[in-house]
Amino acid sequence: MAKSTIKIRAKVKGGVTTVKCLITHPMETGTRKDKKTKKLIPAHFIQEVVCTHGANPVMTAHWSGGVSKNPYLSFKFEGGKKGDAVSISWTDNKGGSDSATAKIS
Amino acid sequence: MNTSIKRRVFLKGSMAAGVAGVAVSAGLLAPQAVLAAWNEKAFHAKKVDEALSNLMGSAASTPSGDIKVKAPDIAENGAVVPVTVSTSIGGVESIAILAANNPSPLAAAFDMGKGAQGYVATRIKMGKTGDVIAVVKAGGKMYSARKGVKVTIGGCGG
Repeated sequence: MAKSTIKIRAKVKGGVTTVKCLITHPMETGTRKDKKTKKLIPAHFIQEVVCTHGANPVMTAHWSGGVSKNPYLSFKFEGGKKGDAVSISWTDNKGGSDSATAKIS
Repeated sequence: MNTSIKRRVFLKGSMAAGVAGVAVSAGLLAPQAVLAAWNEKAFHAKKVDEALSNLMGSAASTPSGDIKVKAPDIAENGAVVPVTVSTSIGGVESIAILAANNPSPLAAAFDMGKGAQGYVATRIKMGKTGDVIAVVKAGGKMYSARKGVKVTIGGCGG
């Protein structure tokens, strides 16, 4: 993939790091119908998002098709320092995946 | 009564077949352990209680004032409803976000690791007006909070 599907911003303030990320993904539930063909659009959504700080898995999110298209995710954790790497990777129900890393600012 | 039991058995059977099918196709396409961790039963459950008991082992949660669910009172577009869950409860293990009136209520479940604080924000889809329920598991106990959201245009149908 030429362009990453993930945008990450991580900022530390008072020892607490706030991570915000945007992922580009269709997030099809599998219950929506194609207006032209009247057929169901197959489900295609992110099932798992793993966020790590160093070797520490800070948060693992399990999603269903109930999360909006191009999902936004934000969370906070303690122990991050300026310059530390935070990485996020996702896997969808079709086996697709992507990952990205950002430095805490 | 009788028919409902039959239906239950049928559902169980088809669900098990579904899980096996996913496992097989996942094995062929991408042999990744992460897919196995995805809780198929919980995410396909049609009821809030059913989803919670599959996800967290119990459907019994205590309403708590220490959980804040931030969501709009009126969502113009049900396809994008911003939800923020924050809690002051210590030792949060996981946070689940459910939309009570969705065909499959469980939208997202977050497992919090070491150092993570009781805070998550995301955007979910809502089919129709209903409660957004946040369930927080901390120290082996379950706490919940809810917030009603009025949806003017549903986000789950075509």
